[in-house]
Formats: sequence, C-alpha cells, structure tokens
Amino acid sequence: MRSRDHEAAGREGVRRTVIRTLVVLAGMFAFAFALVPLYDVFCDLTGLNGKTSARAQPLVEQEVDASRLVTVQFITRGSQGLPWHLEVDTRQIRLHPGQREEVFFTFRNNGEATTLARAVPSVSPSAASLHLRKLTCFCFQEQQLMAGETLKAPLVFQLTRDLPPEIKTVTLVYTLYPVQATQAEVSHSGPITEGDSA
Amino acid sequence: MASHLPPKPTPQHSTATAGGMAEAGHARPRGLMRWLLTTNHKEIGTLYLLFSLTMFFIGGIFALVVRAELFQPGLQLVKPEFFNQMTTMHGLIMVFGAIMPAFVGLANWMVPLQIGAPDMALPRLNNFSFWLLPVAFLLLLSTLLMPGGGPNFGWTFYAPLSTTYAPPSTSFFILSLHLAGISSILGAINIIATILNLRAPGMRLMDMPLFVWTWLITAFLLIAVMPVLAGVITMMLMDINFGTSFFNAAGGGDPVLFQHLFWFFGHPEVYIMILPAFGIVSAIIPTFSRKRLFGYASMVYATAAIAILSFMVWAHHMFIVGLPLVAELFFMYTTMLIAVPTGVKVFNWVATMFRGSISFEPPMLFALAFVVQFTVGGFSGLMLAIAPADFQYHDTYFVVAHFHYVLVPGALFAILAGAYYWLPKWTGHYPSVRLSQWHFWLSVIGVNLTFFPMHFSGLAGMPRRIPDYALQFADFNLVSSLGGFMFGASQLLFVLVIIKCVRGGEKAPAKAWEGAEDLEWSVPSPAPLHTFETPPTFQPREH
Repeated sequence: MRSRDHEAAGREGVRRTVIRTLVVLAGMFAFAFALVPLYDVFCDLTGLNGKTSARAQPLVEQEVDASRLVTVQFITRGSQGLPWHLEVDTRQIRLHPGQREEVFFTFRNNGEATTLARAVPSVSPSAASLHLRKLTCFCFQEQQLMAGETLKAPLVFQLTRDLPPEIKTVTLVYTLYPVQATQAEVSHSGPITEGDSA
Repeated sequence: MASHLPPKPTPQHSTATAGGMAEAGHARPRGLMRWLLTTNHKEIGTLYLLFSLTMFFIGGIFALVVRAELFQPGLQLVKPEFFNQMTTMHGLIMVFGAIMPAFVGLANWMVPLQIGAPDMALPRLNNFSFWLLPVAFLLLLSTLLMPGGGPNFGWTFYAPLSTTYAPPSTSFFILSLHLAGISSILGAINIIATILNLRAPGMRLMDMPLFVWTWLITAFLLIAVMPVLAGVITMMLMDINFGTSFFNAAGGGDPVLFQHLFWFFGHPEVYIMILPAFGIVSAIIPTFSRKRLFGYASMVYATAAIAILSFMVWAHHMFIVGLPLVAELFFMYTTMLIAVPTGVKVFNWVATMFRGSISFEPPMLFALAFVVQFTVGGFSGLMLAIAPADFQYHDTYFVVAHFHYVLVPGALFAILAGAYYWLPKWTGHYPSVRLSQWHFWLSVIGVNLTFFPMHFSGLAGMPRRIPDYALQFADFNLVSSLGGFMFGASQLLFVLVIIKCVRGGEKAPAKAWEGAEDLEWSVPSPAPLHTFETPPTFQPREH
C-alpha cells in the first residue's frame, strides 16, 4: 500500500510540475515579444542603437559653443532592387555645438516607374544620437518620385551643447529602402513635419 | 541495435505502473508499429540515440563537403551558394539534430534508471516529442531540394540575411525549427516532471547522480530559452510573410535586436549542449578511479551557477555591433566569471582521479580526453571573452576552433563516453575493447588535426564561412581537411562497435564496471524492458 500512496502522490506532483512549467513557458514566450518594445524604450532612453527621433524636434535656443569644433560626415547608401540614387551636397562639415546647420540631399529616380522610397537614418557613434536634433528631415516621410525625377531636400539639424566632449566626429548614414504603396499609407497616418519652425 | 534492443518483456510486468503503461496486459504491437507507438523510456531512448547517430553522419557529410572544398585554395568542388548551405545545415543539424537528441536519448534511458523510477512521468508525451524530430529534420533537409536552395545564412540565421535576403525555403526552415523546439520543450517538461516526482523513496535531490542533476538544470534552461527561440523565429516568419518590421530597418525595426534575442537564447543553448556532458563525465571518472566524486555539492552548485550566468553573457557574441563601453565591460567580466564554476568542475574531476586506482577502459579514455580538450576549448573561450581582443578574433577560424573544441572533443566525446559506459547496460555485452581503442585514438588524433590548426589560421586572419581563402592559409587548411576526413571515417568504427556489441560479445553482469555505484547497476544487464516497477530501496551515500 505504501507504494500505491507513493504512486498517487507522484501523479499529483507530476500534474503540478507540468502546470508550473507550462506557465513558465508561456511567460518566456510572451517575454520574447515583450523584449521588442522594451528594447526600443531602452534604446530611446540611452540612444544605443543610433536611431534619431522619427519626428521633427524644435531648435534648442542656446549659445553656440565656439570653443570646440565637431566634424559631421554624411554617408548615403542605396538599396538592392531600388533604382534610386541619393547624393549629399556636402559630404563633411565642421560645426560648433549649438549651431543650426542645413545640408541638402538630392534624390534621383533612375528607374522606369514611379516608386516610393524612404531614407532611414543611423547615427554613429550611437551616443551622439541623443544630442542630434533634426528640425527638418526628408527622413520623416517617404519620397515619391516619377521615372527620372529629381528631388532636392534639406536636412536642418543641430548638435546640442551637451554633446559629450570625447565625440569629435559624428557620422550620419542614410540608407534608401523601397516602400510598398500599401505600407506608405500606414506610415503617413501620423503628423510628420510639425515643429520645424520652432 | 534497433531490432535487438531492448530484450523481450519480462513476465512480471502486468501491473500498471505509475507511468500509466497502456499496453500492459495487451499484445504489444510488433515491427514498425512497436517503435511508432512505444511509450517505454528505454525504447524511446534508443530511438533518440539512433536518430542522433543518423543525424551525426548526415551533418558530418555536410562538414566533409565543406572540408573538401577548403582542402586547397580556389573554388574546386561546389559553388559558393551551395557551400553556404552546407556550413549552415552542418551547424543546424549537429546542434539541433545530433547533440541535443543524443543527450535527450541518454536522459530517457538513464534518468529513470538512476533515480529508481519505473518510466518517464509522461510516457505518451515522450513518444510524441521523439516523433516530432524525424518530421522536423526531414523538412529541414528537404529545403536543400527546394528552388533557391536551403538555409544559407549560417546556423545563427542573422536577420536580414535570413529575412530580406533569404531563400524562399526559409519559411520551411522556420517551421522545422519550431517542431524541433517543441520537441525539446516537451522533452524538458517530461524530464523535470520525472526527476522532481518519481525518485525512489528516500532519494533526496542532493542524493541524485550528477547526470540527473545536470539534466534537471539543463531542462530548466530549455524551458527558459526555447520559447525565446520560438518567439524569434515567429518574428522572422512575420517579417518574411506578413510585412512586419521586427528586424527590418526600413520599417523601423532593428537587425541588432535579432542578435540580442537570438543570443539570449543562443548562449544558454550552448550550455544546454554541455551541462549533461559534465554529468556523464562526473559519473565515469569516479567509476574508473574507484573513488567517490570529489566535491559533489560543489559540482551541483557550479552547474547551477553556470546556468544562471549563462543568461547574463549573451552580448559577448556581439562585441563588434557597436555596444557602449559599459556593456562591453559588463559582458566581458560576466563571461570571464563563468570560468570560475567551470574551473571548480575541472578541479573536482582531477581531484577525483588524484590517488585513485585508475584504469583506462574505453569510457574512461573518452572522459579523460573530454576533460583535457574541453579545457582547451574553455581557454580559447576566455581569449574570446576579452572584448578588445575579440574585435580581431570575431568571425575568424579562431571562433570555429573554439566552439568545435567544446562541442566535438567536448560534448560529443562525453556522449561517446556515455555510450561506451552504458552499452553493457543497454545490450548486455561489453563493447569490443580493441575496436573501441582504435576508435578512441583515431578520433583523438583526427579531431585535433582538424581543429587545432584552425586556431592558427584564425589568429592569422582567416574569416569563417568562406569557400575560398588566401594562399597563406593553405597549409593549415590542408591539415584540417585531412584530419576532418580521418575523424569522419573513424566514426564508422563506432557504428561497427555498436553493431558487434548488440549482436554479442563478452557478457556483462548487472554491475558492469567494478567501481560503478549508481542505481542503474542494480538492474540486470541488459536492462529488462520494465524496471523498478516497485520502487527500489535507496541507501543514501555520503558524498
């Protein structure tokens, strides 16, 4: 009889163990998906992934820090399967923190058809992304170009004075990605270019 | 092995046991249906082990395609696209199809025997989790025949290589990985439920053999990280098929996020592949040293410490993605910290042998080779943990040398050691000593010829995953390729050993090895189909 009791207790224990492990399983699966927004929040706070704000930010009125110069480089890249060309007028400028600066970029559609594309920015070193404010940027929305059409678009930005002193060079990379017309509808839904006059 | 193992059911098995053996009292199905429907832990264990052996040879053939192409510089045998598929499939099959199922098979066979349980806690689930595997891997292998070829993005399947630029077969690859993952999860649930609930009366957790302990901890790791893998590949599936942008920078996602998620799974995963190996070696070394294991409790705590630390080191695989300095330092130090519990283990194995009465039977040979060569892999791991040095080593053959040292002469040798150790229990016969020694020495020489030169080619700058290379790496690669073919061919000897051992050989008594003390040696050799239907009396030993 002792072994029968042992057996019943074992079966009850198995049931309990299985339920507990299933709860942990479900929790970890949910956790994996929860990591996606958590990662974004974490990166927004720390600027770790070199993403800049997707919206226009107002200029911070501050005295220009004339004591140091920062080099800002611009790199543009195309994308496989997208017959567009993106060029920047000035590949490299030197500016003082706090200063407002304007750079022009030229988009050209070398393809045969009207297409949509978007230039996605990335900042290196990523720590600089928290101190880069974009007042106007073509990267806030998709561009639509007809075959052979050219578009000149400005980037107006400011590096704030609290940029860490060890950062001497900031590189902005713009990569062109094709956008499907259906996706464009979705991303147009929010207000995009407000605040560039602030 | 399959048709002979295990032996005919013993007559006294008609009482239904805790495992709920449905076939008790009925005529057992024969032939193929016997294996398809079995709920017996020993038969399922055998199935796992045979499946793993098959996958080991398939993955091995893929590795030999890679080594044949790299035999000399230039493109000789295969196209670069196919080469990429071979490196990827080799990794996927060896990790998910060979090493992991081999450990699950050993757990199925030995965990119930070592804790005095009649069977696994959930025998039907056990059957299901095994039969998911052949389906998963047939699907995975079939992608090689699909238009655009199979997975070609490395076993780590980094996005966007595995999403935006992936071959069309990638959705099938994801499905097969889902199936293999579900199989691992179900297996882990079963093992946890068995160990926590079906121990012989009187066996406390701290009385369990270390193989059981390491598997308990491994099963918890599986429960914790396999759902994360499932989540990651689900995100990939949605990026590919439903237009989401989890890992797509164009849509606001981040490819680096993929690497964080993957390695959050991936690093515990590499410990899933080594912790049971620690358990096997901790059983074998005391047996053939004829001494108790030195520092039993510290072994348990070290294993747990390694498992916990494994969740805090993942970004050491990503030192070059542009982590901030603080993160590089954090992950560098936590990684180095793992050397402490690992060092405790190696120390304990050596201390167990110290002043022991050592004999060198085949299992002991493999276990000793494990200790030495796993430590070599551990040391190169320490070098890779140094963040600034890793900037140079990253994605070179040095990394390939490192993880092959911990996985081949590490995990694989431990599996071979376990197979030689328990073959008398499985078949009732000792494996042929002469053949096993040939197998051992050819394997040791082959494995070192293959992987040791990779340290040098890696430090000299040879990148991994390339079908062609600069001339200065030619000699190292020539040696590696010769060693690879030697190692591969010598594994055929292992098959021969198994076949001979199943068919006959020197009869083994219940206690097949003189110094073996655990419960599995109290049942006859070969182990009857049903064991411990009434729980054994367990006498705790002083550790």
